[in-house]
Amino acid sequence: MTTATSKEELLIVKEQDVVPLRNRVKEYGVKIGMSILNQTKLITATSELVRNLLKYGGGGKVIIESVSNGRDQGVRVTFIDNGPGIKDISLAMKDGYSTGKSLGLGLPGTKRLVNEFDIQTELGNGTTVTIIKWKNG
Amino acid sequence: MQNNLLASLKEHQNKLLTTWSQLLQANGSTDGATEEEESKEFAALLLDALHYSNGNTDSDELEKVHDLLIGISSSRGRRGFSPRENAQYLIAFKEAASKILSEVESDPSKLYTANLQLSTILDNMAILTFESYMKGREDVISRQIDEISEISTPVIRVWDGVVALPIIGTLDSSRTQVVMENLLQQIVDTGSSIAILDISGVPAVDSLVAQHLIKTVSATRLMGAECIISGIRPEIAQTVVHLGIDLTGIITKASLASALQTAFDMLQLTVVKRK
Repeated sequence: MTTATSKEELLIVKEQDVVPLRNRVKEYGVKIGMSILNQTKLITATSELVRNLLKYGGGGKVIIESVSNGRDQGVRVTFIDNGPGIKDISLAMKDGYSTGKSLGLGLPGTKRLVNEFDIQTELGNGTTVTIIKWKNG
Repeated sequence: MQNNLLASLKEHQNKLLTTWSQLLQANGSTDGATEEEESKEFAALLLDALHYSNGNTDSDELEKVHDLLIGISSSRGRRGFSPRENAQYLIAFKEAASKILSEVESDPSKLYTANLQLSTILDNMAILTFESYMKGREDVISRQIDEISEISTPVIRVWDGVVALPIIGTLDSSRTQVVMENLLQQIVDTGSSIAILDISGVPAVDSLVAQHLIKTVSATRLMGAECIISGIRPEIAQTVVHLGIDLTGIITKASLASALQTAFDMLQLTVVKRK
């Protein structure tokens, strides 16, 4: 059972919103005593997903939560956009595939950086990505 | 005349000025002589405008007052007044004017219409002072952004033929553009054959930052120079590996010192300790 203790919601509409978001996520990691390595992984994952949110979803909102599961503590970040959605999830999750001109590592790379990764998408109805990074994960 | 009441305020200009400055002194948003000059000019122009605009709340005469007001509010901003105080400045004028109106006119319905018009005009102006204050602030911010992006990408000539570029902060698309331009220009200007990009100050390297770095390296190579990326921290190295970014074609070093050492090796230079 994963329970959330503190929660925060941020609106992301432009590239300038990325840095404050990253700092907030970092603060959540520091608060539960996450190691520098895991912090960096979490921040990088956040950075990847928020760029996707801006580039493909046309902006949206991000929810940062402190979560715990028994004795394990972690940070959960949820990215919600109302963009066009993803046509083929399995293709999007493949290394090196990109509909834009990027490296195509955003989604698969992020999945490797975090402990839990969930993606829900519907064509025309936006995409929601949820990641959890455990303190000792 | 549709409304001679507001126009008649002009006859009571001196009295209005006195009442106004008393009110300003009472709420403490005044700073003496400069303000008195400004207030006098403003009141004269506004009363003239009220006189000629004939109850119209959107006339050309009022436009002139707006221009003056923007000047006044920015000068007050420079003198350290807050936007709240600027709005109070106008609200005090409204108060003084309506006081005088009630002295010269006793018919409540006429008084009401005049006060309503006065409110519309002055409230508009109060909003205007806020807007011009905000605009002033935004100008300052955008100037600072330009300044920061300029000073945050210095290209340092560390040795004959070697330039270094320490990157501090997030590397986004616009920043990469500046970095790349500066670096390539410096390579030409100094005739350098080796460029060192130090990313010690970059908080996180995601795939976009990596892509920007790869592009910068490729562009440097096209210019015939070699590019070394230094300042890769242990946690960054692990993150890059997990993300699956391929940096194998690029010379990367943990510190600027080892990057410089590599550069010396490439230039066939040796650093020897004096006996």
